[in-house]
Amino acid sequence: MDWMAWTGPTAIFFAVIATLLIIFTVLAIKFPETPRTGILRIETTRGDRLFITLLGSAFINLAWLGIIGTAQPWALAVCLIYAAAVFRWV
Amino acid sequence: MTDAATIPGNMTADGSNARKRFKVNTSAIVMGLYLLFLLLPIYWLLNMSLKTNTEILNDFTLWPRDLTFANYATILTDASWYMGYVNSLIYVTMNTVISLAVALPAAYAFSRYHFLGDKHLFFWLLTNRMAPPAVFALPFFQLYSSVGLFDTHIAVALAHCLFNVPLAVWILEGFMRGVPKEIDETAYIDGYSFGTFFVKIFTPLIASGIGVAAFFCFMFSWVELLLSRTLTTVDAKPIAAIMTRTQGASGIDWGVLAAAGILTIVPGALVIYFVRNYIAKGFALGRV
Amino acid sequence: MEKTVNQKAWFLVLPVLLLVAFSAVIPLMTVVNYSVQDTFGNNQFFWAGLEWFKEMLESDRMWDALGRQLMFSGIILAIEIPLGIFVALNMPKSGFWSSFCLVLMSLPLLIPWNVVGTIWQIFGRVDIGLLGYTLDALGINYNYTQDILAAWITIIVMDVWHWTSLVALLAFAGLKSIPDAYYQAAKIDQASRWKVFRFIELPKMMGVLMIAILLRFMDSFMIYTEPFVVTGGGPGNATTLLSIDLVKMALGQFDLGPAAAFSLMYFLVILLVSWVFYTVMTNLDKKGM
Repeated sequence: MDWMAWTGPTAIFFAVIATLLIIFTVLAIKFPETPRTGILRIETTRGDRLFITLLGSAFINLAWLGIIGTAQPWALAVCLIYAAAVFRWV
Repeated sequence: MTDAATIPGNMTADGSNARKRFKVNTSAIVMGLYLLFLLLPIYWLLNMSLKTNTEILNDFTLWPRDLTFANYATILTDASWYMGYVNSLIYVTMNTVISLAVALPAAYAFSRYHFLGDKHLFFWLLTNRMAPPAVFALPFFQLYSSVGLFDTHIAVALAHCLFNVPLAVWILEGFMRGVPKEIDETAYIDGYSFGTFFVKIFTPLIASGIGVAAFFCFMFSWVELLLSRTLTTVDAKPIAAIMTRTQGASGIDWGVLAAAGILTIVPGALVIYFVRNYIAKGFALGRV
Repeated sequence: MEKTVNQKAWFLVLPVLLLVAFSAVIPLMTVVNYSVQDTFGNNQFFWAGLEWFKEMLESDRMWDALGRQLMFSGIILAIEIPLGIFVALNMPKSGFWSSFCLVLMSLPLLIPWNVVGTIWQIFGRVDIGLLGYTLDALGINYNYTQDILAAWITIIVMDVWHWTSLVALLAFAGLKSIPDAYYQAAKIDQASRWKVFRFIELPKMMGVLMIAILLRFMDSFMIYTEPFVVTGGGPGNATTLLSIDLVKMALGQFDLGPAAAFSLMYFLVILLVSWVFYTVMTNLDKKGM
């Protein structure tokens, strides 16, 4: 595994994503998903909204890095707002 | 009166006939021109492969004046050349077998059942078909070097699974959806186990689908170069990568290069007739 | 077809999952790891944080490559989609000539990609290639290794040659699914050829055309071998598309960090586009197209 060059932060990053996937799987078993149509006018389930959130967050972080360039943690705050918005309205 | 009645009738018939003939002709012309555009470059390669290098470089000829098969002889008698074809065939065959073996049960599951996360899994497979090989070239190189599989056929075969497994799953799922579910249910009622049902009854029903999926796995593994070149140096080097060595000290050996190119087209050209009616379905990942 | 819920189906999918996880997830994780570190070879890594992402976002190199890439994909889509539909409309509907056209048209699709490059590299040469020789004889100055415009025209014509048949085959498959009754109804209404196309053929082809656009966009977006063989990314950097630049960085210069950061951003764009198309496609499916 040496060649994979693991670091603490990236390990945490993947652990967080794995945990999210597990949580959503458990949620899907306990409370079966019902698709709904949000402001994007497409049917989404909880899993779809998680995907939209994660993908969007990646772009938000990149945009923050490219345009503002400092204080990256604040980008995560924007991501949280975005996540709340996605889960509420999409 | 009778004359007057028939004349307009004849005229319209003639008019529509003439228009019909004219329409057929424009279509034929369009197709003729398009096929000419497609075949001309291939013809030029074939033409060059049958010439000597002197003729290629010194006389500009539209067909070989001095027909020679020496370029093909060079390739087919030199082990360092024809082993390239053997290497390509080995990893391509391995890849086709692996892809089909894992894709068949998965495609069945996708075509028959709903299960937790099925749609996301299906989408994730699609993203792997769309992923650029350039992104994966470096990590694959590191991965297979670290497990000691660098420069082996199986390494290339596994690497090509990245896009061929999703392809096979999508194509097979498309074909399996066409088989009515009642057949499965009847078989289970008759006491078949899943295994025997799948092998004895279901597989023959989707035989054409399996053939088409195999063809496309074979094809996409055969045409890919970036990953196969990155993962090999000597022992498993594909023919497509060996072609670059025609660039010798005395310039490029055009005749042999052209002959090697023509020989790589042959496998596809040989079997294309059998899949002609499914080729759109294959390229569209089974979605047509 | 009605599907039944059956969680045991997971066992049937498991082999695919393991195999693709091995060949997709592990490499992607590695790319993420590399993207935040610096290395001087011999497997020694140093933490670099988001440095590489910042560098890539600020470098003209990546944006230029992206610009060229979008231009390339845009141009070939603008040519191949209409041309493919046009060819499909003119194809014989059945019989011997239909098979004949299908087989010949599929031929370019099955040629190894570097051979496609070689074919056009030879075909365009002024000394030994039919195209280059003819253009030269007509007095047109054509040299794809020196002239930027000639290089671009060559790789675009090559891509049109290589892939238009794919669009045509898909469009043809869509056209064949239109029942004769539709055409007869149009004839009774005396609809013009254009109206038949606009209101009968085009809507019926929408589904397959979406697939054609998706495939052509994606495959052109990650094209590497063909233009690399013909132009090597030159003259200068004029035809250095995204994948060519990435391979140069990763395998040529072995700049693991920047190449990894570049890869991830590339992959995110792919992911976004795939998702948009997938969503549109499944929604079209639901409407029964």
